[in-house]
Amino acid sequence: MHIASRFQMRSVVAGILASLASLPARADWSLINMPEGVSELSREIHGMHMIMLWICLVIAFFTFGAMVVAMTRFRKSKGAVSDLKMLHNARLEAAWTIVPVIILIVMAIPSVEKLVKIEDTSGSGLTIKVTGHQWYWQYEYLGTGVKFYSRLARSSDLARQKGSGIDPRTVEHYLLDVDKPLVIPTGVKVRMLLTANDVIHAWWVPQFGMKRDAIPGFINEMWISVDADKPGTYRGQCAELCGADHGFMPIVVVAKPKAEFDAWLLNQKQVATALAATEQ
Amino acid sequence: MAHAGHHDDHAHGPPKGIVRWLTTTNHKDIGTMYLVFSLTMFLIGGAFAFMIRAELFEPGLQLLNPAVFNQMTTMHALVMVFGAVMPATVGLANWMIPMQIGAADMALPRMNLFSFWLLAFAFLLLLSTFLMPGGAPASGWTLYPPLVLQTGEAFPMAVFAIHLMGASSIMGAINVIVTIVNMRAPGMTLLKMPLFSWSWLITAYLLIAVMPVFAGGVTMLLTDYFFKTSFFNAAGGGDPVLFQHVFWFFGHPEVYIMILPAFGIVSEVISTFSRKPIFGYEAMVYAIASIAFLSFIVWAHHMFTVGMPLAGQLFFTLSTMLIAVPTGVKIFNWTATMWRGSISFEPPMLFVLAFLFLFTIGGFSGLMMAIVPSDFQYHDTYFIVAHFHYVLVPGAVFAIMAAVYYWLPKWTGHMYDMRLAKWHFWLSAIFVNVLFFPQHFLGLAGMPRRIPDYAVQFTDWNMVSSIGAFGFGLSQLLFIWLIVKCVRGGERATAGVWDWPHGLEWTVPSPAPYHTFEKAPEVH
Repeated sequence: MHIASRFQMRSVVAGILASLASLPARADWSLINMPEGVSELSREIHGMHMIMLWICLVIAFFTFGAMVVAMTRFRKSKGAVSDLKMLHNARLEAAWTIVPVIILIVMAIPSVEKLVKIEDTSGSGLTIKVTGHQWYWQYEYLGTGVKFYSRLARSSDLARQKGSGIDPRTVEHYLLDVDKPLVIPTGVKVRMLLTANDVIHAWWVPQFGMKRDAIPGFINEMWISVDADKPGTYRGQCAELCGADHGFMPIVVVAKPKAEFDAWLLNQKQVATALAATEQ
Repeated sequence: MAHAGHHDDHAHGPPKGIVRWLTTTNHKDIGTMYLVFSLTMFLIGGAFAFMIRAELFEPGLQLLNPAVFNQMTTMHALVMVFGAVMPATVGLANWMIPMQIGAADMALPRMNLFSFWLLAFAFLLLLSTFLMPGGAPASGWTLYPPLVLQTGEAFPMAVFAIHLMGASSIMGAINVIVTIVNMRAPGMTLLKMPLFSWSWLITAYLLIAVMPVFAGGVTMLLTDYFFKTSFFNAAGGGDPVLFQHVFWFFGHPEVYIMILPAFGIVSEVISTFSRKPIFGYEAMVYAIASIAFLSFIVWAHHMFTVGMPLAGQLFFTLSTMLIAVPTGVKIFNWTATMWRGSISFEPPMLFVLAFLFLFTIGGFSGLMMAIVPSDFQYHDTYFIVAHFHYVLVPGAVFAIMAAVYYWLPKWTGHMYDMRLAKWHFWLSAIFVNVLFFPQHFLGLAGMPRRIPDYAVQFTDWNMVSSIGAFGFGLSQLLFIWLIVKCVRGGERATAGVWDWPHGLEWTVPSPAPYHTFEKAPEVH
């Protein structure tokens, strides 16, 4: 009876595993791992992540291995008799206290080094002030008079209403699209100043490797520098719970080559001046 | 190692009916009430989780509007942390500490009852906020201002509920400390005490240290809300991040308040079913104490993205990484306890073995998040959701279930249905991974936490996760059925229950008489 129930259990487990295995077959790496991203910083962060992951996997191999060996070798059902004198072992215990400390030091050194670099916002070529609002973003190119709001795109907004009847799968970049994206130059260190108007938000584009809180009454700093050869559109979301529509204030950044960006900014300046003139 | 004293025959039974439960000061009855309360909250919190996972089954909003979704995540956390996990360990403490140390009861029995009823009413108050204009709190259990100050009429109720829970926890903690320090049987020196009692002694100090801090934090929120004090309002000269520091100074030790008793349980169970004393007993005690100490100096690792000074980030990264050392010692000592043991796989042991593997996975993701540069990516994504659910569900909750399976025959006097318990174990252990493992992927791929709807590329793993959630939730019904069956009858349990019982609780008959150790046992 025992063998039968064990067999039953195994076939149930196998069935579940088989059905699960078919799912990741459809997934690609970008859906299960951190993106490498498009800047030196994001690649370093990704590198740290991968190093940590591998170190953890190696430690897991040994720790779980020891547990599995213990569980299989020292079974009562196999006639194992417990060794009541094995109460402690000073050398062994010292070893598994000291070895982890060494591993941790090895992990800590590169992370400290990278952190120092991440926090250094000096030498930037452009400063953009980002203000979080419930529930949209505002971007201001400091010293140029160019500023605008960036909200969830209309198509996503319609589809996301409860009972809209629109299948999100038919909406392009569902929940990751805005009416007016932030535009930045590639190959330039862009300093971002983050603040908020009402509650705390967080500005995050995974491809840039960084996120930072936008806090009302305070100004936070971070920098991004998209590789010169990687212009493109990059998408992210607010990453700090900010109320009902927290899930509906995406971030879209268009990175353009320096020359194209300059032309765009000039155009925006003219629009802003014209707008200011009509308002007077 | 010990034998029970002669039991006097004049021990009187409890009053009958509801009066017994309203007026009891018996540690076993109060323990039972805590455990039943905890199980009820586990179901309520589970129902919230069910709704969250149902909404997240596919993209688009189908069931909940975003405001209600936020109420669900907030209340799920508050109910599970303060209503399910903490009261379960308090219930176990009430039942088992006096029996483990050879005391007749808890030192302060009336306060014990008071602290239970405070908790029950705190949750009545908290859950009633769903009926108030504006609904339940929706700011996340972390209650960050300024967002939390946008809560409707539920706000003061939630704060008072937290005050009551805090008062209840502090009283419970005082009781544990006084009991352990004063009421140990002769010969039961501190370093002979079972590890479950040890873990609770240290937990109790953590509770007393941090609960008042949390109470202070929410009181400042209250005065900001009603009296415009601006503690956390930058426009009035305050600082919203100050609240986060206060919260996590409480919140991080709180995490260990939930896991240390679990460590104690794991030590007891692993030793019993390996038929071998715990390896490195003293190291285990010191490891718990070091973890408790470190828990006070790591809090800001929850806030690496708030824009702390570089020195602050470095300090909290390094101090956090240090926690891996004593935690590693515990894992290695548990493995060494099994080594050259004689292992059998009864339900408590199964849950503990799952704990060893799955809690360690949670430990690894925790270590990864301690490294600040990568934490900038992980922070506030599903990666952290996966991490803390791994340490809390197959961590703390599995340990609590192991404890129930370990001591249930002692409580009820009946053996439970082993086959059903194994079904419960296997279903829980499989579905908990189906539920939480894919959340690592979602977080790394860029899905933020606390969102009711998501971009379509996250659909597949969310579906898998939701299927796991439904399976895990339904499997718990087996647990309840099993407990009910066991309370109502079953094969008689012996005093020792298990093959290799060790400790005073196994020297008294099963079910444990209403009064135990009225005459202190002698421990050699």
